[in-house]
Amino acid sequence: MKYCLIVDDSKVIRMVARKILEELEFETDEAADGKLALAGCQRKMPDVILLDWNMPVMDGIDFLRELRNLPGGDTPKVIFCTTENDIESIQKAIDAGANEYIMKPFDSEIIQAKFAQVGLL
Amino acid sequence: MKPADFEFISQLINKRSGLVLTEDKAYLLESRLMPVARKRGMKGLEDLISTIRTSQEESLLCEVTEAMTTNESFFFRDLKPFDTFRDVILPDLLASRAANKSFRIWCAASSSGQEPYSLAMVMKEQAAKLTGWSHEIIATDISTKMLAKAEKGIYSQFEVQRGLPIQMLLKYFKKANDAWQIDPSLRDMVTYKEFNLLNDPTALGAFDVVFCRNVLIYFDQPTKTRILDWISRMIPADGRLFLGGAETVLGITDKFKPVPGQRGVYCLAEAVPAAAAPAAATNVGASAS
Repeated sequence: MKYCLIVDDSKVIRMVARKILEELEFETDEAADGKLALAGCQRKMPDVILLDWNMPVMDGIDFLRELRNLPGGDTPKVIFCTTENDIESIQKAIDAGANEYIMKPFDSEIIQAKFAQVGLL
Repeated sequence: MKPADFEFISQLINKRSGLVLTEDKAYLLESRLMPVARKRGMKGLEDLISTIRTSQEESLLCEVTEAMTTNESFFFRDLKPFDTFRDVILPDLLASRAANKSFRIWCAASSSGQEPYSLAMVMKEQAAKLTGWSHEIIATDISTKMLAKAEKGIYSQFEVQRGLPIQMLLKYFKKANDAWQIDPSLRDMVTYKEFNLLNDPTALGAFDVVFCRNVLIYFDQPTKTRILDWISRMIPADGRLFLGGAETVLGITDKFKPVPGQRGVYCLAEAVPAAAAPAAATNVGASAS
Protein backbone atom coordinates (compact mmCIF):
# COMPACT_ATOMS: atom_id res chain seq x y z
CA MET A 1 0.00 0.00 0.00
CA LYS A 2 1.41 3.38 -1.04
CA TYR A 3 1.70 6.05 1.63
CA CYS A 4 0.46 9.60 0.96
CA LEU A 5 1.01 12.60 3.24
CA ILE A 6 -1.70 15.22 2.85
CA VAL A 7 -0.43 18.69 3.74
CA ASP A 8 -3.04 21.44 3.99
CA ASP A 9 -4.04 23.92 6.68
CA SER A 10 -7.73 23.29 5.93
CA LYS A 11 -9.14 20.41 7.92
CA VAL A 12 -11.98 20.06 5.41
CA ILE A 13 -9.60 19.77 2.43
CA ARG A 14 -7.53 17.19 4.32
CA MET A 15 -10.65 15.21 5.11
CA VAL A 16 -11.93 15.27 1.49
CA ALA A 17 -8.52 14.34 0.06
CA ARG A 18 -8.12 11.57 2.63
CA LYS A 19 -11.47 10.07 1.72
CA ILE A 20 -10.63 10.09 -2.01
CA LEU A 21 -7.16 8.66 -1.48
CA GLU A 22 -8.30 5.94 0.88
CA GLU A 23 -10.82 4.86 -1.74
CA LEU A 24 -7.86 4.60 -4.11
CA GLU A 25 -6.24 2.35 -1.50
CA PHE A 26 -3.57 4.74 -0.24
CA GLU A 27 -2.41 4.76 3.35
CA THR A 28 -2.68 8.41 4.42
CA ASP A 29 -1.50 10.80 7.08
CA GLU A 30 -2.07 14.51 7.50
CA ALA A 31 -0.09 17.63 8.37
CA ALA A 32 -1.45 21.16 8.81
CA ASP A 33 1.66 23.07 7.71
CA GLY A 34 5.06 22.63 6.09
CA LYS A 35 6.98 22.31 9.34
CA LEU A 36 4.76 19.52 10.65
CA ALA A 37 5.01 17.86 7.24
CA LEU A 38 8.83 17.94 7.35
CA ALA A 39 8.76 16.30 10.76
CA GLY A 40 6.40 13.67 9.35
CA CYS A 41 8.72 13.01 6.41
CA GLN A 42 11.68 12.56 8.75
CA ARG A 43 9.73 9.92 10.66
CA LYS A 44 8.53 8.12 7.54
CA MET A 45 9.21 9.22 3.99
CA PRO A 46 5.94 9.14 1.96
CA ASP A 47 5.60 7.76 -1.58
CA VAL A 48 3.61 10.85 -2.51
CA ILE A 49 2.78 14.20 -0.94
CA LEU A 50 -0.36 16.20 -1.75
CA LEU A 51 0.80 19.72 -0.92
CA ASP A 52 -1.02 22.99 -0.35
CA TRP A 53 0.83 26.24 -1.11
CA ASN A 54 -0.43 28.86 1.34
CA MET A 55 -0.12 27.64 4.92
CA PRO A 56 0.94 29.21 8.21
CA VAL A 57 4.39 28.53 9.80
CA MET A 58 5.92 27.09 6.60
CA ASP A 59 4.36 27.31 3.14
CA GLY A 60 4.37 24.61 0.47
CA ILE A 61 7.25 26.00 -1.59
CA ASP A 62 9.60 26.33 1.43
CA PHE A 63 8.59 22.85 2.56
CA LEU A 64 9.32 21.39 -0.88
CA ARG A 65 12.76 23.00 -1.10
CA GLU A 66 13.67 21.68 2.38
CA LEU A 67 12.22 18.26 1.60
CA ARG A 68 14.34 17.86 -1.53
CA ASN A 69 17.47 18.50 0.63
CA LEU A 70 16.57 15.81 3.18
CA PRO A 71 18.18 12.35 2.90
CA GLY A 72 15.73 10.40 0.71
CA GLY A 73 13.76 13.61 0.12
CA ASP A 74 14.13 13.30 -3.61
CA THR A 75 12.03 10.13 -3.75
CA PRO A 76 8.45 11.24 -2.91
CA LYS A 77 6.31 12.42 -5.78
CA VAL A 78 5.00 15.85 -4.87
CA ILE A 79 1.67 17.04 -6.22
CA PHE A 80 0.82 20.62 -5.42
CA CYS A 81 -2.85 21.22 -4.66
CA THR A 82 -3.54 24.91 -4.42
CA THR A 83 -5.69 27.87 -5.39
CA GLU A 84 -2.62 29.47 -7.02
CA ASN A 85 -3.57 28.90 -10.66
CA ASP A 86 -1.42 31.26 -12.70
CA ILE A 87 1.35 30.10 -15.02
CA GLU A 88 4.10 31.77 -12.96
CA SER A 89 3.08 29.89 -9.79
CA ILE A 90 2.89 26.57 -11.61
CA GLN A 91 6.35 27.15 -13.09
CA LYS A 92 7.71 28.13 -9.66
CA ALA A 93 6.37 24.91 -8.15
CA ILE A 94 7.86 22.78 -10.95
CA ASP A 95 11.20 24.57 -10.56
CA ALA A 96 11.12 23.84 -6.83
CA GLY A 97 10.73 20.12 -7.57
CA ALA A 98 7.00 19.45 -7.84
CA ASN A 99 6.02 16.53 -10.07
CA GLU A 100 2.42 17.52 -10.73
CA TYR A 101 0.03 20.33 -9.95
CA ILE A 102 -3.64 20.46 -9.06
CA MET A 103 -5.56 23.72 -9.20
CA LYS A 104 -8.32 23.82 -6.59
CA PRO A 105 -11.15 23.04 -6.57
CA PHE A 106 -10.49 19.39 -7.27
CA ASP A 107 -12.55 16.21 -7.37
CA SER A 108 -11.77 12.52 -7.27
CA GLU A 109 -11.29 12.34 -11.07
CA ILE A 110 -8.61 15.01 -10.99
CA ILE A 111 -6.83 13.39 -8.02
CA GLN A 112 -6.97 10.05 -9.80
CA ALA A 113 -5.67 11.52 -13.09
CA LYS A 114 -2.78 13.32 -11.42
CA PHE A 115 -1.75 10.34 -9.30
CA ALA A 116 -1.81 8.24 -12.49
CA GLN A 117 0.41 10.77 -14.20
CA VAL A 118 3.10 10.44 -11.56
CA GLY A 119 2.90 6.66 -11.92
CA LEU A 120 1.16 5.87 -8.65
CA LEU A 121 -2.06 4.46 -10.10
CA MET B 1 -42.81 9.22 -19.97
CA LYS B 2 -45.45 7.44 -22.04
CA PRO B 3 -44.17 4.30 -23.80
CA ALA B 4 -45.25 5.74 -27.16
CA ASP B 5 -43.25 8.93 -26.50
CA PHE B 6 -40.18 6.92 -25.49
CA GLU B 7 -40.49 4.83 -28.63
CA PHE B 8 -40.87 7.92 -30.81
CA ILE B 9 -37.94 9.86 -29.35
CA SER B 10 -35.57 6.88 -29.13
CA GLN B 11 -36.27 5.99 -32.78
CA LEU B 12 -35.74 9.58 -33.84
CA ILE B 13 -32.39 9.75 -32.04
CA ASN B 14 -31.35 6.36 -33.40
CA LYS B 15 -32.16 7.40 -36.94
CA ARG B 16 -30.21 10.64 -36.68
CA SER B 17 -27.18 9.53 -34.64
CA GLY B 18 -27.18 5.74 -34.44
CA LEU B 19 -27.41 5.98 -30.65
CA VAL B 20 -29.27 3.02 -29.20
CA LEU B 21 -31.50 3.96 -26.28
CA THR B 22 -32.98 1.06 -24.36
CA GLU B 23 -35.76 1.60 -21.83
CA ASP B 24 -33.34 1.37 -18.90
CA LYS B 25 -31.77 4.57 -20.28
CA ALA B 26 -35.03 6.53 -20.03
CA TYR B 27 -33.46 8.54 -17.22
CA LEU B 28 -30.93 9.85 -19.78
CA LEU B 29 -33.75 11.27 -21.84
CA GLU B 30 -35.11 13.07 -18.80
CA SER B 31 -31.79 14.48 -17.63
CA ARG B 32 -30.51 15.54 -21.03
CA LEU B 33 -33.67 16.75 -22.73
CA MET B 34 -35.17 18.68 -19.83
CA PRO B 35 -32.62 21.52 -20.29
CA VAL B 36 -33.61 21.68 -24.01
CA ALA B 37 -37.29 21.88 -23.06
CA ARG B 38 -36.66 24.56 -20.43
CA LYS B 39 -34.49 26.60 -22.79
CA ARG B 40 -37.43 26.73 -25.19
CA GLY B 41 -39.89 27.71 -22.47
CA MET B 42 -41.65 24.34 -22.43
CA LYS B 43 -43.08 22.74 -19.32
CA GLY B 44 -41.53 19.33 -19.75
CA LEU B 45 -40.65 16.43 -22.01
CA GLU B 46 -44.24 15.85 -23.10
CA ASP B 47 -44.36 19.38 -24.51
CA LEU B 48 -41.00 18.92 -26.17
CA ILE B 49 -41.92 15.62 -27.79
CA SER B 50 -45.27 16.95 -28.92
CA THR B 51 -43.52 19.97 -30.53
CA ILE B 52 -41.07 17.67 -32.30
CA ARG B 53 -43.94 15.52 -33.60
CA THR B 54 -45.85 18.46 -35.00
CA SER B 55 -43.13 20.84 -36.18
CA GLN B 56 -40.21 18.57 -37.21
CA GLU B 57 -38.14 21.77 -36.88
CA GLU B 58 -34.61 20.92 -37.98
CA SER B 59 -32.84 23.13 -35.41
CA LEU B 60 -34.83 21.48 -32.61
CA LEU B 61 -34.07 18.01 -33.96
CA CYS B 62 -30.36 18.88 -34.05
CA GLU B 63 -30.47 20.25 -30.53
CA VAL B 64 -32.19 17.13 -29.22
CA THR B 65 -29.72 14.84 -31.01
CA GLU B 66 -26.74 16.79 -29.72
CA ALA B 67 -28.10 16.77 -26.18
CA MET B 68 -28.37 12.99 -26.27
CA THR B 69 -24.92 12.24 -27.64
CA THR B 70 -22.23 11.66 -25.05
CA ASN B 71 -19.44 14.17 -25.27
CA GLU B 72 -17.22 13.08 -22.45
CA SER B 73 -13.61 13.44 -23.41
CA PHE B 74 -10.31 14.23 -21.80
CA PHE B 75 -6.73 14.74 -22.76
CA PHE B 76 -4.59 11.61 -23.18
CA ARG B 77 -7.57 9.44 -22.30
CA ASP B 78 -6.36 6.03 -21.08
CA LEU B 79 -2.73 7.16 -21.65
CA LYS B 80 -1.64 3.86 -23.21
CA PRO B 81 -2.97 4.50 -26.76
CA PHE B 82 -0.95 7.72 -26.92
CA ASP B 83 2.18 5.94 -25.67
CA THR B 84 1.61 3.28 -28.34
CA PHE B 85 1.15 5.96 -30.98
CA ARG B 86 4.36 7.73 -29.91
CA ASP B 87 6.51 4.64 -29.36
CA VAL B 88 5.27 2.25 -32.08
CA ILE B 89 2.92 3.73 -34.66
CA LEU B 90 4.72 7.02 -35.30
CA PRO B 91 8.19 5.43 -35.71
CA ASP B 92 6.62 2.87 -38.08
CA LEU B 93 5.02 5.67 -40.11
CA LEU B 94 8.31 7.57 -40.26
CA ALA B 95 10.00 4.46 -41.64
CA SER B 96 7.31 3.27 -44.03
CA ARG B 97 6.32 6.69 -45.40
CA ALA B 98 9.88 7.98 -45.75
CA ALA B 99 9.55 8.18 -49.53
CA ASN B 100 6.66 10.65 -49.68
CA LYS B 101 6.99 12.00 -46.10
CA SER B 102 3.32 12.33 -45.42
CA PHE B 103 0.59 10.69 -43.39
CA ARG B 104 -2.97 11.35 -42.31
CA ILE B 105 -4.83 10.61 -39.09
CA TRP B 106 -8.59 10.57 -38.55
CA CYS B 107 -10.13 11.11 -35.14
CA ALA B 108 -13.72 9.93 -35.62
CA ALA B 109 -16.09 11.35 -32.97
CA SER B 110 -13.56 13.84 -31.66
CA SER B 111 -16.03 15.54 -29.31
CA SER B 112 -14.52 18.73 -27.85
CA GLY B 113 -11.08 18.11 -29.34
CA GLN B 114 -9.06 16.59 -26.52
CA GLU B 115 -8.09 13.49 -28.51
CA PRO B 116 -6.83 15.23 -31.68
CA TYR B 117 -5.02 17.83 -29.60
CA SER B 118 -3.40 15.08 -27.51
CA LEU B 119 -2.12 13.54 -30.76
CA ALA B 120 -0.97 16.96 -31.93
CA MET B 121 0.99 17.36 -28.68
CA VAL B 122 2.61 13.94 -29.13
CA MET B 123 3.62 14.93 -32.66
CA LYS B 124 4.83 18.34 -31.55
CA GLU B 125 7.08 16.63 -29.00
CA GLN B 126 8.57 14.68 -31.93
CA ALA B 127 8.90 17.81 -34.08
CA ALA B 128 12.56 17.22 -34.90
CA LYS B 129 11.76 13.85 -36.45
CA LEU B 130 8.85 15.33 -38.40
CA THR B 131 10.79 18.16 -40.02
CA GLY B 132 10.02 18.15 -43.73
CA TRP B 133 6.96 15.94 -43.28
CA SER B 134 3.41 16.87 -44.08
CA HIS B 135 0.81 15.44 -41.78
CA GLU B 136 -2.83 16.02 -41.20
CA ILE B 137 -5.19 15.28 -38.35
CA ILE B 138 -8.82 15.30 -39.46
CA ALA B 139 -11.20 15.40 -36.49
CA THR B 140 -14.90 14.83 -37.03
CA ASP B 141 -17.97 14.88 -34.84
CA ILE B 142 -21.72 14.92 -35.25
CA SER B 143 -22.10 17.83 -32.83
CA THR B 144 -21.56 21.30 -34.26
CA LYS B 145 -21.49 22.60 -30.69
CA MET B 146 -18.58 20.29 -29.80
CA LEU B 147 -16.76 21.13 -33.04
CA ALA B 148 -17.07 24.85 -32.30
CA LYS B 149 -15.62 24.29 -28.83
CA ALA B 150 -12.80 22.17 -30.25
CA GLU B 151 -11.94 24.76 -32.86
CA LYS B 152 -11.74 27.47 -30.22
CA GLY B 153 -9.44 25.25 -28.18
CA ILE B 154 -10.52 26.81 -24.90
CA TYR B 155 -10.87 24.48 -21.93
CA SER B 156 -11.94 24.94 -18.34
CA GLN B 157 -9.58 24.46 -15.42
CA PHE B 158 -11.40 21.19 -14.71
CA GLU B 159 -10.92 19.93 -18.28
CA VAL B 160 -7.19 20.65 -18.46
CA GLN B 161 -6.63 18.74 -15.25
CA ARG B 162 -8.15 15.50 -16.52
CA GLY B 163 -5.28 13.71 -18.19
CA LEU B 164 -3.09 16.59 -19.28
CA PRO B 165 0.37 16.50 -17.67
CA ILE B 166 1.24 19.82 -16.04
CA GLN B 167 4.35 20.22 -18.22
CA MET B 168 2.13 19.98 -21.32
CA LEU B 169 -0.23 22.58 -19.88
CA LEU B 170 2.67 24.97 -19.34
CA LYS B 171 4.10 24.30 -22.76
CA TYR B 172 1.02 24.32 -24.97
CA PHE B 173 -1.63 26.43 -23.24
CA LYS B 174 -1.99 29.98 -22.09
CA LYS B 175 -4.34 31.31 -19.48
CA ALA B 176 -7.43 33.03 -20.87
CA ASN B 177 -9.27 34.53 -17.90
CA ASP B 178 -10.46 31.51 -15.90
CA ALA B 179 -9.88 29.09 -18.78
CA TRP B 180 -6.93 27.78 -20.79
CA GLN B 181 -6.41 28.25 -24.51
CA ILE B 182 -4.44 25.85 -26.64
CA ASP B 183 -1.48 27.16 -28.61
CA PRO B 184 -2.40 28.20 -32.18
CA SER B 185 0.37 25.99 -33.58
CA LEU B 186 -1.47 22.93 -32.20
CA ARG B 187 -4.84 24.21 -33.31
CA ASP B 188 -3.47 24.58 -36.83
CA MET B 189 -2.46 20.92 -36.89
CA VAL B 190 -6.10 19.78 -36.64
CA THR B 191 -8.86 20.21 -39.22
CA TYR B 192 -12.37 19.87 -37.80
CA LYS B 193 -15.30 18.70 -39.90
CA GLU B 194 -18.92 17.92 -39.13
CA PHE B 195 -19.57 14.29 -39.88
CA ASN B 196 -22.15 11.72 -38.84
CA LEU B 197 -20.68 8.23 -38.50
CA LEU B 198 -23.90 6.78 -39.90
CA ASN B 199 -22.85 8.13 -43.29
CA ASP B 200 -20.23 6.70 -45.66
CA PRO B 201 -16.96 8.38 -44.62
CA THR B 202 -14.87 7.34 -47.61
CA ALA B 203 -15.14 10.85 -49.10
CA LEU B 204 -12.90 12.01 -46.24
CA GLY B 205 -10.04 10.31 -48.07
CA ALA B 206 -7.46 7.72 -47.06
CA PHE B 207 -5.97 7.58 -43.58
CA ASP B 208 -2.90 5.85 -42.22
CA VAL B 209 -4.24 5.79 -38.67
CA VAL B 210 -7.84 5.99 -37.46
CA PHE B 211 -8.84 6.71 -33.87
CA CYS B 212 -12.44 5.59 -33.36
CA ARG B 213 -12.44 5.26 -29.60
CA ASN B 214 -15.35 5.03 -27.19
CA VAL B 215 -18.02 5.70 -29.77
CA LEU B 216 -18.92 2.29 -31.23
CA ILE B 217 -20.23 1.26 -27.81
CA TYR B 218 -23.24 3.51 -28.40
CA PHE B 219 -24.26 1.83 -31.68
CA ASP B 220 -26.11 -1.38 -32.43
CA GLN B 221 -24.20 -4.26 -33.98
CA PRO B 222 -25.14 -3.72 -37.68
CA THR B 223 -24.07 -0.07 -37.38
CA LYS B 224 -20.75 -1.05 -35.74
CA THR B 225 -20.14 -3.54 -38.56
CA ARG B 226 -20.95 -0.98 -41.23
CA ILE B 227 -18.63 1.67 -39.71
CA LEU B 228 -15.73 -0.77 -39.33
CA ASP B 229 -16.20 -2.05 -42.88
CA TRP B 230 -16.09 1.52 -44.17
CA ILE B 231 -12.92 2.24 -42.20
CA SER B 232 -11.33 -0.93 -43.58
CA ARG B 233 -11.68 0.57 -47.05
CA MET B 234 -10.05 3.85 -46.00
CA ILE B 235 -6.75 2.58 -44.65
CA PRO B 236 -3.78 1.02 -46.45
CA ALA B 237 -2.60 -2.53 -45.82
CA ASP B 238 -0.36 -1.38 -42.95
CA GLY B 239 -2.88 1.13 -41.54
CA ARG B 240 -3.90 1.04 -37.91
CA LEU B 241 -7.21 1.43 -36.12
CA PHE B 242 -7.48 2.42 -32.45
CA LEU B 243 -10.65 1.43 -30.57
CA GLY B 244 -11.63 2.17 -26.96
CA GLY B 245 -10.69 -0.14 -24.11
CA ALA B 246 -14.24 -1.54 -23.88
CA GLU B 247 -14.57 -2.05 -27.64
CA THR B 248 -13.63 -4.94 -29.89
CA VAL B 249 -13.94 -6.14 -33.46
CA LEU B 250 -14.57 -9.73 -32.43
CA GLY B 251 -17.99 -10.86 -33.58
CA ILE B 252 -18.56 -7.55 -35.33
CA THR B 253 -16.35 -7.62 -38.40
CA ASP B 254 -13.81 -9.91 -39.97
CA LYS B 255 -12.10 -7.00 -41.71
CA PHE B 256 -9.90 -6.21 -38.70
CA LYS B 257 -7.86 -8.22 -36.25
CA PRO B 258 -6.10 -7.15 -33.03
CA VAL B 259 -2.41 -6.28 -33.27
CA PRO B 260 -0.63 -8.62 -30.85
CA GLY B 261 0.88 -6.83 -27.86
CA GLN B 262 -0.86 -3.54 -28.63
CA ARG B 263 -4.08 -3.35 -26.66
CA GLY B 264 -6.84 -1.48 -28.49
CA VAL B 265 -4.92 -1.40 -31.79
CA TYR B 266 -6.22 -3.24 -34.86
CA CYS B 267 -4.92 -3.88 -38.37
CA LEU B 268 -6.59 -5.20 -41.49
CA ALA B 269 -7.24 -8.92 -41.26
CA GLU B 270 -6.10 -9.38 -44.84
CA ALA B 271 -3.98 -7.00 -46.82
CA VAL B 272 -6.17 -5.52 -49.51
CA PRO B 273 -4.92 -4.84 -53.04
CA ALA B 274 -3.23 -1.44 -53.34
CA ALA B 275 -5.82 -0.22 -55.85
CA ALA B 276 -8.63 -0.80 -53.36
CA ALA B 277 -6.87 0.99 -50.52
CA PRO B 278 -5.62 4.40 -51.60
CA ALA B 279 -2.21 5.00 -50.09
CA ALA B 280 -1.30 8.06 -48.07
CA ALA B 281 0.28 9.46 -51.23
CA THR B 282 -3.22 10.28 -52.43
CA ASN B 283 -3.77 12.59 -49.46
CA VAL B 284 -6.41 15.20 -49.83
CA GLY B 285 -5.07 18.57 -48.75
CA ALA B 286 -2.26 17.30 -46.55
CA SER B 287 -0.85 20.22 -44.65
CA ALA B 288 2.74 20.95 -43.81
CA SER B 289 3.36 21.86 -40.20
